[in-house]
Amino acid sequence: MEALIAIVIGVLTASGVYLSLRGRTFPVVLGLTLMSYAVNLFLFVMGRLMIGVPPVIQENASYADPLPQALVLTAIVISFGMTAFVVVLALRARAELGNDHVDGEENH
Amino acid sequence: MDHLVNHLVIAPLLLPLLAGIALLLLRGSATPMRQTVSLLATFALVVIAFQLLLQVADGSVLVYRLGDWPAPFGIVLVADRLSAMMVLLTAVLSASVILYALRGADHDARFFHVLFQMQLFGINGAFLTGDLFNLFVFFEVLLIASYGLLLYGGGADRTRAGLHYVVLNLVGSTLFLFAVGTLYGVLGTLNMADITQRLANISEEDLGVVRAAGLLLFAVFALKGALAPLHLWLPGAYGHTSAPVAAMFAIMTKVGAYAILRAHSLMFGPESGPVAGLLDPWLLPLALITVVAGTIGLMASKRLSQQAAYLVVVSAGTLLAAFGIGGAEAFAAGLYYLLHSTLAAAAVFLLADVISKARGNALDRLIPGPELARGQLLAGVFLVIALAISGMPPLSGFVGKWLILQASIGEPGMPWVFAVLLVTSLLGIMTLARSGTMLFFRIDESPTAGSQAGKPVTVIDLGSPLALALMGIGLVVYAGPVYEFSQAAAEQLLQSEAYISAVLQAATGGPQP
Repeated sequence: MEALIAIVIGVLTASGVYLSLRGRTFPVVLGLTLMSYAVNLFLFVMGRLMIGVPPVIQENASYADPLPQALVLTAIVISFGMTAFVVVLALRARAELGNDHVDGEENH
Repeated sequence: MDHLVNHLVIAPLLLPLLAGIALLLLRGSATPMRQTVSLLATFALVVIAFQLLLQVADGSVLVYRLGDWPAPFGIVLVADRLSAMMVLLTAVLSASVILYALRGADHDARFFHVLFQMQLFGINGAFLTGDLFNLFVFFEVLLIASYGLLLYGGGADRTRAGLHYVVLNLVGSTLFLFAVGTLYGVLGTLNMADITQRLANISEEDLGVVRAAGLLLFAVFALKGALAPLHLWLPGAYGHTSAPVAAMFAIMTKVGAYAILRAHSLMFGPESGPVAGLLDPWLLPLALITVVAGTIGLMASKRLSQQAAYLVVVSAGTLLAAFGIGGAEAFAAGLYYLLHSTLAAAAVFLLADVISKARGNALDRLIPGPELARGQLLAGVFLVIALAISGMPPLSGFVGKWLILQASIGEPGMPWVFAVLLVTSLLGIMTLARSGTMLFFRIDESPTAGSQAGKPVTVIDLGSPLALALMGIGLVVYAGPVYEFSQAAAEQLLQSEAYISAVLQAATGGPQP
């Protein structure tokens, strides 16, 4: 299970890095989104993988660490807002610069 | 009264937040109304920041527990000398900048002041928080406000620079989260004081992971603080935005430098055992490379505002070089230089805008332009600010650089620090002298030039740059007390056990006196 999750995070991050290094704004935005998915998953599993246990501390019972769950909620909200912003900015750059290259010039 | 004093730590956060919300609600009202609210809030922030500084000047560490949850379970705000100094600097800078922004750069002021107050909220939060994840959140607050401010007013150049800035910072935020997640996964805490304690007792097998997380954190702070090779975004972003925004951003690279100093002196400082000195091999060499790279860019710039952006890079490098030398004396010199360089860089951005308006079509490009009405006044102010920022006696830049050089004597990096700082200072003053000559004395004689001149400069236009320059002169006149304070702040940084016990003991007692 740990290995599977680690591979998933690794693949997501690698794809995200690759896409965010592309020249067009659309793949860059997709890359940033994939990277934020990867980091959200990463934060989430930092509380260790557990199945079927409540995030509440009880006597003599195992529990899932609630803090990463709170952190990941915050991180999801922030990355969601940032993605929305960068999409709008990319559209505006497309309109103002006349193309969707990140440098605003075709011959790069 | 005692009750109020306890809440002083959170006041620099609440005031801009509430002012920002109020301004959002007031967006239908008349422009002067919104401007007045923003102006009053900013000046009130100066008063509050000064009060906070007085409270911590005796060396006490004020700890504010949000929701009264004890650290390390709850989030704490911590004000020590360094934090209070940074908050006051932010407040003073923003007051000068907003006075300038009122003269047109805020356009119809509908959203400028909202974003401006939110930016202050984020910056003050980053300076005052004692929690790593909270630091991430405040970074995001100040970044999202800065995205809006950077793009304010529009234009193709600004959009292109903005896109680069936003994408880079989003990648930076992702890396920050990876670092925070790794630290939490290994140490099980996010409170900076608690992290330091747990790092001291870390097991051998976790050491590699923690070092990786620490260096990742350093990379993120280096991106914000414009440390080479992560400084390349800065000239584009700062050089293309409006002058008041660029002047306000002069404090943004200092947020990165502050975070590096905190990590360097606390989390990877003397108290943290096996990971102590994690940043030592990186900080000084990279900082000196930043200074060189910034100076090369400065010499190659074709516009005064671009030169100002490269001056920010140079000052970021000089500042981090001082932090990289290490020890109380170097930290104190760095903090003095930080005060000077923030004010001086902001003054250059504002002055570049004044000059650009006076020169009409020539803008602030370094080409011969029309003869300026009141050119001598402008040239005089330019001379003072240029002398200050390039580090010539008798102004504050000279005192700052001299202190840094003195602190490096006897340290292993001394020859490099001397060589780099002295040569780049010489190149800097030569470049600025050339710019000044070009802007004020090389007159374009062609008949069309006269008609293209902008409107003559008034003393009111020069108010904010002059005020910032005067504060720089104040830093020289009162160099003694200011340096004493920065020395006390530096010594407090190096006694991190006091900081740690103040934060963690607030768990049992009430807020620390």
